[in-house]
Amino acid sequence: MLSDFLPLLLMLLIATGLAMTLLKAAELLGPRRPNRIKQKAYESGMDPIGTARERYSVKFYLVAMIFIVFDVEVVFLYPWAASFDEFMAAGQALPVLGIVFFFIAILAIGLLYDIKKGGLEFD
Amino acid sequence: MIGPILFSVFAVAAIAGALGMLFSKNPVSSALWLILTLFCVAGLYLTLNATFIAVVQVLVYAGAIMVLFLFVIMLLNLAELPRLQTGDGKRFLGYVGACGIFAALMITTSSALGVLPEPVSVGVAAETGSALNLATLLFTQYALPFEVIGILLLVATIGAVMLAKRRFV
Repeated sequence: MLSDFLPLLLMLLIATGLAMTLLKAAELLGPRRPNRIKQKAYESGMDPIGTARERYSVKFYLVAMIFIVFDVEVVFLYPWAASFDEFMAAGQALPVLGIVFFFIAILAIGLLYDIKKGGLEFD
Repeated sequence: MIGPILFSVFAVAAIAGALGMLFSKNPVSSALWLILTLFCVAGLYLTLNATFIAVVQVLVYAGAIMVLFLFVIMLLNLAELPRLQTGDGKRFLGYVGACGIFAALMITTSSALGVLPEPVSVGVAAETGSALNLATLLFTQYALPFEVIGILLLVATIGAVMLAKRRFV
């Protein structure tokens, strides 16, 4: 039901409210004397050269691709975690645990293959 | 009743996020606006009692899909992107008006023809949309398809690793 998620909404409101209040307070209360050197992009004390909008070499793209697969796995584990108490009450906890662990084991093969192939190492 | 009010707030925020995504000049701020939209859509699902879909929306769209978008942004040469044409307010208003008239026409004709589905009661929506209902089906009756999904994900993992780690001679 919607009312179950009211604490979540409150938490989101408090978090965003606190962040915005603190940012605004820092802007209002703190002294602010900008000059040209202060507003330069920070480049470890050097003068910044060239554009910031360059193409990045994405070394971790394989990690991110694997992350997407395991993110989808979490989607399937979430209903299990959310209804574990009900399975316990119905006495079905053990068979369901077996099914879920088999599922995780299937996906662990993929993770092992990935580690074996060096997919999680940076080139 | 707080539900319709929350729905309206989330809907307006989702549209605002979408507009912000369309009209921001920096692709990274576009991505941030898109995150706002995706979270607001999750909020819309929550107000409609589809709690599981709301969680999946945050996990998959605001998590995994956003990673993909950030990847594309990092791989693209942003300096060579064509500039967005903005500032034509009249044409924009025209588009909005046309979409509104189209939506109104569609609603009227479909309700006149009786093809709109019957509204679901809150209790039914809360029951079918919950993770518990899905879990009882997924882990008992549909346990085998569930494991097959695992194999599908395994194939995806191995395929990704194989393609990415292939040595081009």
